[in-house]
Amino acid sequence: MSITPERVAQIAKLARLELDDEKQRLFAGQFEDILSYMDTLNGLDTAGTEPLYSPVEQPTPLREDKVEKRFAREDIVSNAPETDGQFFIVPKIV
Amino acid sequence: MSFLYEKSLSEIRSQLLAKELTVTEVVEACLKRIEETEPSIQALISVQAEEALEQARAMDEAGPDASKPLWGVPLTVKDLLCTKGTKTTCGSKILENFEPFYDAFAIAKLKEAGAVLLGKTNMDEFAMGSSTESSAYKATKNPWDLNKVPGGSSGGSAASVTASQVFGTLGTDTGGSIRQPASLCGCVGLKPTYGRVSRRGMVAYGSSLDQIGPMTRSVEDNARMLQVIAGHDEKDSTSVDVPVDNYLAALHREDLKGLKVGLPKEFWAEGLDAEVESACRTAVAKLEELGAELVEVELPHSSYAIATYYIIAMAEASSNLARFDGVRYGYRSDNAEDLLDIYVKSRSEGFGDEVQRRIMLGTYVLSSGYYDAYYKKAAQVRRLIREDYLKALEKCDVLVGPASPVTAWKVGEFTSDPLKMYLLDIYTISLNLAGLPGLSLPVGLGADSNMPVGLQLLGKEFDEATLYGVASLLEKNTEKLGAPAGL
Repeated sequence: MSITPERVAQIAKLARLELDDEKQRLFAGQFEDILSYMDTLNGLDTAGTEPLYSPVEQPTPLREDKVEKRFAREDIVSNAPETDGQFFIVPKIV
Repeated sequence: MSFLYEKSLSEIRSQLLAKELTVTEVVEACLKRIEETEPSIQALISVQAEEALEQARAMDEAGPDASKPLWGVPLTVKDLLCTKGTKTTCGSKILENFEPFYDAFAIAKLKEAGAVLLGKTNMDEFAMGSSTESSAYKATKNPWDLNKVPGGSSGGSAASVTASQVFGTLGTDTGGSIRQPASLCGCVGLKPTYGRVSRRGMVAYGSSLDQIGPMTRSVEDNARMLQVIAGHDEKDSTSVDVPVDNYLAALHREDLKGLKVGLPKEFWAEGLDAEVESACRTAVAKLEELGAELVEVELPHSSYAIATYYIIAMAEASSNLARFDGVRYGYRSDNAEDLLDIYVKSRSEGFGDEVQRRIMLGTYVLSSGYYDAYYKKAAQVRRLIREDYLKALEKCDVLVGPASPVTAWKVGEFTSDPLKMYLLDIYTISLNLAGLPGLSLPVGLGADSNMPVGLQLLGKEFDEATLYGVASLLEKNTEKLGAPAGL
């Protein structure tokens, strides 16, 4: 598999990251090595094997669908880079 | 002469309860030790000296409380566990100013048990790494040789407890991040069964793999800490409601008669350094001498574990780290003009190289057209790996092998070759995929390197008690490593 710097730039865009040219080239080489190594899994026949997504296959417990106030608003916004004390502030969108 | 800080957690606890020492004396001794050792090992991201001293004075005034199993004992914790009112950086610039308004479940348990938290330990950024060199703040050094790495990602925790800054610490283990640094630094590290310790309040890396666990200078100390943090948490859907064993009671084995110890042949094969193999083989011979029956077992899908692990861990990381958007918490770029710009620039400036690499690889393996070939395939192989373990553990009570194929390597040796570094996790990673418990115990110093070697004991689900029993007996019958040579 060939991973080009352009391909790396596309993946970065999907991941909401921005890389300079030098890093794109560096990552392209490294990704090619890493993904080639991961391709070793293709040598294994897994037909009919159920995927295991978690070692704990227990049902997800659900609480009653009732509104609960767990945290105070000022706590939730306390770590925001920009806030008016009530809401998170972001640049104007429209 | 033994200094106060060199005592074990269990000894300190007894002396505190007997009023032979005050909490203030103990905390002051640890803070002094931190002052002496920190310039060379760089194990801590932050120290909460004033808060700890204040707490110590209040505890001394109130008097000992025997109902609290860690009353007055100073500890450190990895800086990805949320601590109310104390910064939790995760070793990343993106969380440089993050101050949680709640305690992680494990932290709350330590506090309820009377522990005094002295500091937050350095770590690979977002727990992604095997050497504690990818922290945004500093690179931690191995207390046995300051030119070498402590392992990772809980390298700060391993160095902190090995250097006797405190009597115990908490790390986290996603692919070996407790057991591997424990092995490289010469302390005891336990990764509990997945679901044994609540993950609530830890910053998630690979959600189906991460577990919090204790790192200490003795097996007994380790058991004391797990006893406190283990247990069901109804607010964490990955926490399992299984009764917690009495780990301290499990420590009193007199021999290993009737115990079957499995040697997975894949753990003792090519690629294992001669000095590591020699120290581990000596420990296995000791197990046999103590009465254990050795059984050879196979884990036929072991060679696929690293590829499987990195696909799953990176996929989960790319999803978990999507929450760092520069809006709700964490770093926000000053150079952003619109909302998309905030996301992209904050993440690009806030995350380090290793984290960006893993997020992108995770994004790739989850992307349309590649999902089946990578993520689903890895999840299928994961089941085969877990089935191998379950089958092997039908034939024996515990499995043993090295925790790391090598002793600690030089600082900077593998930083430019991530794949080479990933391959060093070969003996720890598969256990996280299977969700089983594992403990690394120091069994000697490498004949060539003079650096610690750890033996790994792997057990059945929720059977940490057997691991502690076997490890404790082996510890009693193994020569102690002594004080770290680098300090």
